[in-house]
Amino acid sequence: MADNKNNPNEVSDTGHEWDGIRELENPPPRWWTISLYLSGLLVLVYFILYPSIPLVTGSTKGLLGWTQIKEYHRGLEEIEAIRAPFEQRLAEMTAQEILDDDEMRNYVVASTRVLYGDNCAACHGVGGQPVPGSGYPILNNDDWLYGGTIDKIVETLAGGRAGMMPGHANLLTEEETDKLVKFVIDASNGEATEAGWKLYNEKGCFACHGADAKGNQMLGAPNLTDRIWRFSGEPAEVRRTILHGVNDASDPRTRIAIMPGFNERLAVKLEAEEFGDDPEDYYDGTETERLSETEIKKLAVFVHQFGGGQ
Amino acid sequence: MTDPEHRSNISTIDIYEEVSDWDVNAGGDKVVAKRMTGRFRKLKWFGMSVWLVYFLGPYLRWDGQQAVLFDIPNRQFHFFSVTVYPQDIWMLSLTLLFFAILLAAVTSIAGRVFCGYFCFQTVWTDVYTWIETRLEGDSPQKAMKFKSAPMSLGKLSRITLKHALWLIIAMLTGLSFAAWFTDAFQLWKDYFTLQAAMPAWIVLGMFTAGTYVFAGFMREQVCFWLCPYARLQSVMYDQDTLLPAYDAERGEPRGKLKKGQLDSAKGSCIDCRMCVAVCPTGIDIRKGQQEGCITCGLCIDACDTIMEKTNQPKGLVRYASYKELHHKHEAAPIFKRPRVMIYGLILMISCGGVVYGFTNLTPTEFNVMPERQPLYVQLSDGSIQNKYTLRLLNKTQHPIEVQYQISGLEGATLHGLDDLVYIEPGRMNQVIALVRLEEEAINQAISPLIFTAEVIEGPDIQIRYESMFMAPN
Ligand code: SF4
Ligand code: SF4
Repeated sequence: MADNKNNPNEVSDTGHEWDGIRELENPPPRWWTISLYLSGLLVLVYFILYPSIPLVTGSTKGLLGWTQIKEYHRGLEEIEAIRAPFEQRLAEMTAQEILDDDEMRNYVVASTRVLYGDNCAACHGVGGQPVPGSGYPILNNDDWLYGGTIDKIVETLAGGRAGMMPGHANLLTEEETDKLVKFVIDASNGEATEAGWKLYNEKGCFACHGADAKGNQMLGAPNLTDRIWRFSGEPAEVRRTILHGVNDASDPRTRIAIMPGFNERLAVKLEAEEFGDDPEDYYDGTETERLSETEIKKLAVFVHQFGGGQ
Repeated sequence: MTDPEHRSNISTIDIYEEVSDWDVNAGGDKVVAKRMTGRFRKLKWFGMSVWLVYFLGPYLRWDGQQAVLFDIPNRQFHFFSVTVYPQDIWMLSLTLLFFAILLAAVTSIAGRVFCGYFCFQTVWTDVYTWIETRLEGDSPQKAMKFKSAPMSLGKLSRITLKHALWLIIAMLTGLSFAAWFTDAFQLWKDYFTLQAAMPAWIVLGMFTAGTYVFAGFMREQVCFWLCPYARLQSVMYDQDTLLPAYDAERGEPRGKLKKGQLDSAKGSCIDCRMCVAVCPTGIDIRKGQQEGCITCGLCIDACDTIMEKTNQPKGLVRYASYKELHHKHEAAPIFKRPRVMIYGLILMISCGGVVYGFTNLTPTEFNVMPERQPLYVQLSDGSIQNKYTLRLLNKTQHPIEVQYQISGLEGATLHGLDDLVYIEPGRMNQVIALVRLEEEAINQAISPLIFTAEVIEGPDIQIRYESMFMAPN
């Protein structure tokens, strides 16, 4: 064992000497030697058990068959096992039931962030607040084009939305346009004039936006009397909307505002159920299902919880 | 490299003069310390007995439950009638600080008291050595004789008995450790029916192996090569520190008894090497203070016995400060040593903090987190809405019902929290609160806002949380 106790004057040296300090031929301590051999052994065992020696294509596989991707899948399975009981219950619950259940609602709010980030955040922003001026609807306020109840949100998510406002470029004179722009801005501030209202009704705006200009959720026509702007409150932008409309195929300068459906099959089913019909009669086989029904419900609850849900 | 001519001028003997001081035991020999009676031996037993708490503590009951329990799965620490949750973990930091500084303070006053009398390494080693000397002879000579004797049934049975006893102690050590973390009685059952959970087996295995190897075989090697505290001791000592020390002035030159008589030309040390034989780390205190000394004082006992036998005054090896030994004046009193005073201050602060913490444990924990993305949102009537996540942890033993309220901001209203919130004991509840502020009331970007959680059903508790309300400029 570690016989460094040997008197240096009696131990032979390697002949190496630096400033009078000789390199003795004492063996290293035994614990050290043992650990050295053990580490060598460990390397050997490791080489046999794990992928190690690089070959022309790939490497040796190792007895354990370990790969990074397998480890990743195992981790995924673990997390899914934890989530499974929740996800199973979610599948059986309606969005409204999820919303009313503290535990499930908290689970959804905590676990849907990624799903929202992947599918929605690009347009609607991380917290339901899109980049100002981008023209995407805000999800966290109380102003809803098609309604902010949980069932309406599910409907919107499933079937998508595409509102339609015709362009009025051919129907309005320059002066009328100016007046209407002013009216819309005034209405938002609660200062609309008698003359403005008159023009509004004359030009038939009420057909969609309502006699009181508070909008129509059946059509997705926005409320013109509140402080929230569907696109922008800048006069030039208001003007553009009035002249060229939204999703008006006949006008090349129209605004495009289309929300895709994420589960058309679900949308058709909801529609059939509303009329008390068998959904099977409604399907035409072309319905897409980008997200599952459960995912739609989770997203609906998540969006509802931004603070604007009704 | 030096040239050969030059080389011949240097005597390697000079260079390697201190070679005897390199007497380092790197694991080759195992120290089997001789046992002698004396004051410090008694003190050591006393210090060791503190560890009975470790073995017996888990069986203490309080209110029908284990009195002290580190419940890791449920993240609770039970200490008699108090339950500490992770939120109060700062008290643990203070407790650790207290003991760390206590170690430093004690070290600077009287050396490695912890090592000598309390450290698990030396305590377990001492018990193991005791068993060993009982079975294989209680002096190095007898032990050697036992070792070199031919194998016989008697020798074999003694060796087997020794290892069996060692292993039993080692296993008890592991079991007792695990018992602090789960119901102790249930744990015994689980072990004996082989039903114990994986972590329990791992703890048992590691502690058994660790104890057996460290106390049975590595012994003082742990102090020399593994223990970080031993490396730090020199910075904690100063010239006033009391340490077991050999009075070289009185002892040297050492010399053996001549025909049983003291040699008057020599010093008091009769070179009997008794102090070396009893030393659990196998060092020679006569070489002065060194890293191996755990200040157990056993060499003092040994030397005092010898001094008594040779009719010389005791205290050739004694607790003495460097000043006393080398400058012949008393060590400075504690209150004149700034280092000790500062240690004392930190001790008092951390101790005070722990006491404060224990007496002020809150029955609930209330947190308000404002939404950051986005900070605020405008509603259709022009008002501004902020979103908050409210978290309330019920640390009482009863379910509670809570009513949330806001105050401190004129014109602000709370929405989405109309019902009382019900919270089970030990559970945390999370709800979302929406606060709206009328457009007319907005006059600054950031306004203070106070949330209050009032327990309606349950103990009379009301907690405030000061938060912020954000609005556009
Ligand atoms: S030198 Fe003395 S005090 Fe130090 S460890 Fe050895 S016996 Fe204990
Ligand atoms: S026990 Fe005392 S007398 Fe004996 S060698 Fe040690 S110091 Fe000297």
